[in-house]
Amino acid sequence: MKRYRYVMIVSVVMLGILILNRTLGVSALSNAGFQLKQMFFVIPPIFLLLGLLDIWVPRSTMIRYMGEGSGIKGMLLAFFIGSAAAGPLYGAFPVAAVFMKKGVKFLNVLIFLGAWSSTKIPMFLFELESLGTKFAITRLFVDIPGIILMSYLLTKVISGKEVEEIYNNSEQLE
Amino acid sequence: MQTYLFYGITIIALLVSVYKDKEKTKKALKKSWKSLENILPQLFTMIAIISILLAIVNTDLISKVIGQESGIFGVILSAVIGSVTMIPPFVAFPTASMLLDAGAGYMQIGAFVSTLTMVGIVTIPVEIKYFGKKLTLYRNVLAFLFSFAVAFIIQGVVG
Repeated sequence: MKRYRYVMIVSVVMLGILILNRTLGVSALSNAGFQLKQMFFVIPPIFLLLGLLDIWVPRSTMIRYMGEGSGIKGMLLAFFIGSAAAGPLYGAFPVAAVFMKKGVKFLNVLIFLGAWSSTKIPMFLFELESLGTKFAITRLFVDIPGIILMSYLLTKVISGKEVEEIYNNSEQLE
Repeated sequence: MQTYLFYGITIIALLVSVYKDKEKTKKALKKSWKSLENILPQLFTMIAIISILLAIVNTDLISKVIGQESGIFGVILSAVIGSVTMIPPFVAFPTASMLLDAGAGYMQIGAFVSTLTMVGIVTIPVEIKYFGKKLTLYRNVLAFLFSFAVAFIIQGVVG
């Protein structure tokens, strides 16, 4: 229950707002309803697939395709899986944790996160439609090298020991 | 629509799993639930905070801030708004398109859309849980700065 103390605090804050400023409170509540609905709609398949992945796909297979020495193939795969995903970025974190547990290379984990955040295919199609071809394609073409560049940079500034800690942490997270 | 496709894939995967090995499937489901339960408190907190934030930072306010003549200051503000808010694409893109029609600049919208997808201030506690403080901070700062490059290039190509 202690883990839920912040939930209680923010709930009290929400209630306070509702009492002090009704319009703002109602609007906040309806936002919360919308976000919760979105979460419970989008998130179950992510976690179910993550569980299946963890149990069925052996570590050796993941290492072969996306681990150290997987080269360009591993990067492409990381890009593809991230882009094919659905759901907000916070859904990518637990998937990344399973990847790390399974021996996926740090660079590929970062590329996967980058792709999930900004080159998701359905998002791109939607962007094409609402903001126009030029806008969406320009952003995509800047984002792809950007994600690779940022991922490389991150692997340079985070030391090997810190990466190891992150990987150990991901094993304890289950 | 994509989500339905995802549900379809998940259901098929689950059925295959049950058919092949019931015990393993049980284990997988347990794992799924544990992973979710693990971050559930953070998710609820995050949703409460973002709901309050979005009640204050609404479309009206955004369109005031993001106007064409808002210049570099507007670009910075747009990037900040995109970083602190969390709006699903099917709401964000039409909103951005509306803002463009209402006179917002491409540079500002570019910065907003880019930080919206890449930077997540309210999800930072969740991210730290998985990646630690340093990587989380660096990733978000890098993505924030990168969004300005995106904004300038979009302005150059589209604007």
